[in-house]
Amino acid sequence: MDLNTLWFLLIAVLYIGYFVLEGFDFGVGILLPFLGKDDLKRRVIINTIGPHWDGNEVWLITAGGATFAAFPQWYATLFSGFYLPLFLILLALIVRGVAFEFRSRDDNPRWRSTWDWAIFAGSFIPALLWGVAFSNFVHGVPIDQHFVYVGGFWNLLNPFAILGGLVTLFGFTLLGAIFLSLKTTDDLMAESQRVAKLMWSPAMVMLTVYVVAAYFFTDILAHLGVNPGPVPIGSILLLLGAGYFIYARRSGWAFILTVLSIVFSTATIFLALYPRVLVSNLAPEFSLTIYNSASGPYTLQVMSIIALVFLPFVLAYEAWSYWIFRKRISQKAEELHY
Amino acid sequence: MDIVTLSRLQFAITTVYHFFFVPLTLGLSVLVAIMETLYVRTGDPTYRRMTKFWGNLFLINFAMGVVTGIVMEFQFGMNWARYSVFVGDIFGAPLAIEALLAFFVESVFLGVWIFGWEKLPKGAHLAAIWLVAFGSTLSALWILVANSFMQHPVGFALQNGRAVMTDFGALLTNSYLWTQFPHTVLSGFTTGAFFILGISAYHLIRRREVDFFRRSFQLAAVFGAIAIFLVILVGHSQAQRMVQVQPMKMAAAEALWNSESPASFSLFTVGDENSRSDVFSIRLPYLLSVLAYNQPSGEVKGIRDLQATYEKQYGPGDYVPSVITEYWSFRIMVGVGFLMMAFALLALYPTLRNRPIAKLRFIGLFPFAIALPYIANSVGWIFTEMGRQPWAVVGLMKTQDAFSSNVSIGMVLTTLIVFTLVYAALIVADVYLLSKFAKAGPVAELAANSEVAPGDAPELESAIH
Repeated sequence: MDLNTLWFLLIAVLYIGYFVLEGFDFGVGILLPFLGKDDLKRRVIINTIGPHWDGNEVWLITAGGATFAAFPQWYATLFSGFYLPLFLILLALIVRGVAFEFRSRDDNPRWRSTWDWAIFAGSFIPALLWGVAFSNFVHGVPIDQHFVYVGGFWNLLNPFAILGGLVTLFGFTLLGAIFLSLKTTDDLMAESQRVAKLMWSPAMVMLTVYVVAAYFFTDILAHLGVNPGPVPIGSILLLLGAGYFIYARRSGWAFILTVLSIVFSTATIFLALYPRVLVSNLAPEFSLTIYNSASGPYTLQVMSIIALVFLPFVLAYEAWSYWIFRKRISQKAEELHY
Repeated sequence: MDIVTLSRLQFAITTVYHFFFVPLTLGLSVLVAIMETLYVRTGDPTYRRMTKFWGNLFLINFAMGVVTGIVMEFQFGMNWARYSVFVGDIFGAPLAIEALLAFFVESVFLGVWIFGWEKLPKGAHLAAIWLVAFGSTLSALWILVANSFMQHPVGFALQNGRAVMTDFGALLTNSYLWTQFPHTVLSGFTTGAFFILGISAYHLIRRREVDFFRRSFQLAAVFGAIAIFLVILVGHSQAQRMVQVQPMKMAAAEALWNSESPASFSLFTVGDENSRSDVFSIRLPYLLSVLAYNQPSGEVKGIRDLQATYEKQYGPGDYVPSVITEYWSFRIMVGVGFLMMAFALLALYPTLRNRPIAKLRFIGLFPFAIALPYIANSVGWIFTEMGRQPWAVVGLMKTQDAFSSNVSIGMVLTTLIVFTLVYAALIVADVYLLSKFAKAGPVAELAANSEVAPGDAPELESAIH
């Protein structure tokens, strides 16, 4: 495996990790106004992701930095091309993060409800737009011979991309509901299980339609890279299995299978891309690949050593932080930090 | 306005705004860690209350630093795509390393610290805040590795019109970095100290929680005095390096139109940037040479000579940054720095002699002095980055060639306006919360905030009585 492929893999891992981790905390944020019937319940819901949302977000920051370091052309074309969607995502993440920290620090009901809506919108918008963005990677966008995105905002809102947005929106909301059913108690737990059931069917339908559509809207069948093989089908089957466990009220297994479904569907995108990172729909040779958009071999070497040495530590202590906060959050105001 | 000006304005606003919060994070994280260390070592509950009170203010500020930092990671690609392609090979690496090594440590262990008071043994909980402080400082190091390359490029080669990394070690040992990094971090420590001094003075004047705020004030006085002294010391050696490495920035800072040997120091200059000459000027002879070389002789290059040199070296063009900006931002930064030194010495006096702080003359000024480090930090960065112009990367790429060619003026303008409005709304909320909790003091914090575990009850009682 050459270093370009290694970095493609590392960035894929970072985005997969991001979609799994922030996936459920986006879902929790989206469900906040619906499951949080009173202020105490809303606080409990926010506290389920309290110790983790910031660490989860760093996966995105690291993915962004890794893209910049290993594939500067990808970083430049992508973020200048997907300008307005990225701007909306950044804005959403800004108000959302502040909202978690600020909302319970004042008793004024209007203060709290304002921040609650900031949490909802700040979770809803990225949950939708990440699917739109990643679908466009494989769908193809107008990129010219100088690797410059020459389309507008509306090019990004094609039917396939919107479908992708709905997949992430429903998928993350479903994962959030299952996560809440694992982290809360009593009526809140029962309500979360009910919402998980409610969310499962649309998520299942969206994902299935999306995978089928991928064979029509992208060159997934014909392109020269690794054939995704059973991976997209796997993501459907895993979500089907998750449905069984949701109805059987076995949230732990439902969570694991939904997570794996997200892993498989995100992996599908990267498999379909490889060795490209951004497909041009103007001409195949204008597509960005892990070779024409990469940093020099020296930078890749240095970065590989650093990543391979330090990534295991990061994984270990972040996993440890999930372990120490593994208990359910009971509905007692005095035990809540947020 | 053209796209470059708008993009620069956007970068300036998002970055200066971000840097309102970063220095306080750098300083308070260490100070809170020291307080918790004192608590763990002595078992004295006052130190625990100090940790919680100042820690609470730290968290409100930290959240703002985190979210405004997200923009930093992506805006190079959004507004400066050509820059990103040109230097990505070098510039991207420290950004990625910063995220991997520093941001993860900072965010994960902050979560552990906030939520882990009852779940972790004392020592592990203490380790968490020290790791947060370590992560913050480490993140400053890596982002300054990136910034130092823009100011003083090293360890690279030009290949196919791009800058390519050839020596990672050279990036880390960049001489520019090793004055900029301590200057920035120590300024952060100073910011944290002045924040605590000001709020403590506010309460001491009102004779509230005297023991609590006396200890806070004393800790901040010692910490702040050392920090600001070192800031000035490092700043001096930074200026001496600037004469060598970035002579144009120094010449602009001194409004030195023509080379002088020995060079004079400008006390007050009104200049004309078009004709590059003085309208009115009071100058102290020899002093600039003394500052630059520690001796009353030696030439300091002037703006006109440097412009001529650069025209020969890089071709026709204007190589002079905004002299009025450089001249005044430098003077404000240095002036405020010395003012902070005076405040720190003033705070040190009752601390070392163990006198009542409330009786100190000028104690009423300390709450207002909280603004001083913010002014110095902001104008300091404006000085450094405006003084780099017209270059994005000194000698390699001009700012006017660095922007994203496919982003329209309307898009930059839209995002600029929305960022500014959202940021304005957020800072109102931030200042509201900070002043609310700062004014309420530790008792109210314990009673009103939910961070009271059952085990804290006796402590809460003793706090109320």
